[in-house]
Amino acid sequence: MAETQLRQKLLFLYLGNSSLESEVVGWSYYDGTTDEMFEAAGEDAEPPYNSVLDAMRDGWRVIQVPFIKAPQVGREYENDYLDFEFVLEKMEVIDG
Amino acid sequence: MDKNLLLTSVEMAQFASTGFLRFDNLVPRELCEAAYGEMSKSKIRRRAPMGSPFSESWPDEAIGKVFRLPKVAAIIHSLVGPNPRYDHHAAHLTPANTRKGANLHQDAEYDIRDLHFDIQISFFPEDTPLESGGTLFVPGTQFRRVHEAEIKRYQNIIGQVQAVCEAGTMFFWHTNIWHSARSNFTDRDRYMFKLRLNPTVRQQRLWNTDDLDSPEVKQKLNQKIPWHGQRHRIELMNRIKFWRFLTGDPTFDISLWWGRVENTPDLIVSGG
Repeated sequence: MAETQLRQKLLFLYLGNSSLESEVVGWSYYDGTTDEMFEAAGEDAEPPYNSVLDAMRDGWRVIQVPFIKAPQVGREYENDYLDFEFVLEKMEVIDG
Repeated sequence: MDKNLLLTSVEMAQFASTGFLRFDNLVPRELCEAAYGEMSKSKIRRRAPMGSPFSESWPDEAIGKVFRLPKVAAIIHSLVGPNPRYDHHAAHLTPANTRKGANLHQDAEYDIRDLHFDIQISFFPEDTPLESGGTLFVPGTQFRRVHEAEIKRYQNIIGQVQAVCEAGTMFFWHTNIWHSARSNFTDRDRYMFKLRLNPTVRQQRLWNTDDLDSPEVKQKLNQKIPWHGQRHRIELMNRIKFWRFLTGDPTFDISLWWGRVENTPDLIVSGG
């Protein structure tokens, strides 16, 4: 008899601001329940949700919120990585 | 150099804002086919050492003719000036039915020059439909300093642009733009020819500046790129700084963004 397993799906939502209601500006999806690879979908791609709050209302659980920090002195005009990265998860029971 | 073939100020402002320019059908199909033939037979060897004048590269090959087309040469001139240096090239092959996975990256984290920049040219010698996986670019990333492939976690960014184009299309891009090759789901090998060039002159007013005072220049520079979110103002200030560099005008500004913070008066007046 096949054993059941609890597997994780991770959704990274990058927002334009720190509020969980801010608009999604980027997203990534890692699905531990399948062997499918991610495919970027080009310029017509739409985010799966408009905000983190929308994702929460669809059952996603927030497991990390970004720190809000002042820029280092002397680096006030420097930008680098995406700023507001939220990590969300869903757990799914699958047959092993 | 025919002035009318050079980039306009409006086009340069677009480059300053998004970090790349796209030109469709720049290369005639016959020449595309000849260049594709050279790529697929691995005939495009380096003809001059890295760092040598680009003019010495590929004197006889079709790929040399591609980059000597008057309009192509004029765009190169507009961005890096006369006599650019050859840096490197690659005939990037994505074989038929190849899955790439996520590979968003910035090429040169070691290049910490503040304003001077190299260009890369992506030349698509064949029709490149969505499913063949042409390069994906993220507009407005040229001022972001990240460590090469450490951004691989980012799969989709609002406003990303994938090269879906006809044969002969070229993208001219600031080397710091984030980009990613995509999967080729077709039964045909896909090539994208990449060339990096270095300037040998100051990158100042190398384009056709007749329209420098056009209101459209400021409109292009002021455009909002949706994924910038709360960082829009800092991105805009970096863009203005870049435009000052490109035009040689240290007073250029939009809505006092720099004028405000540069205003530190020293004039001492006595109290009333």
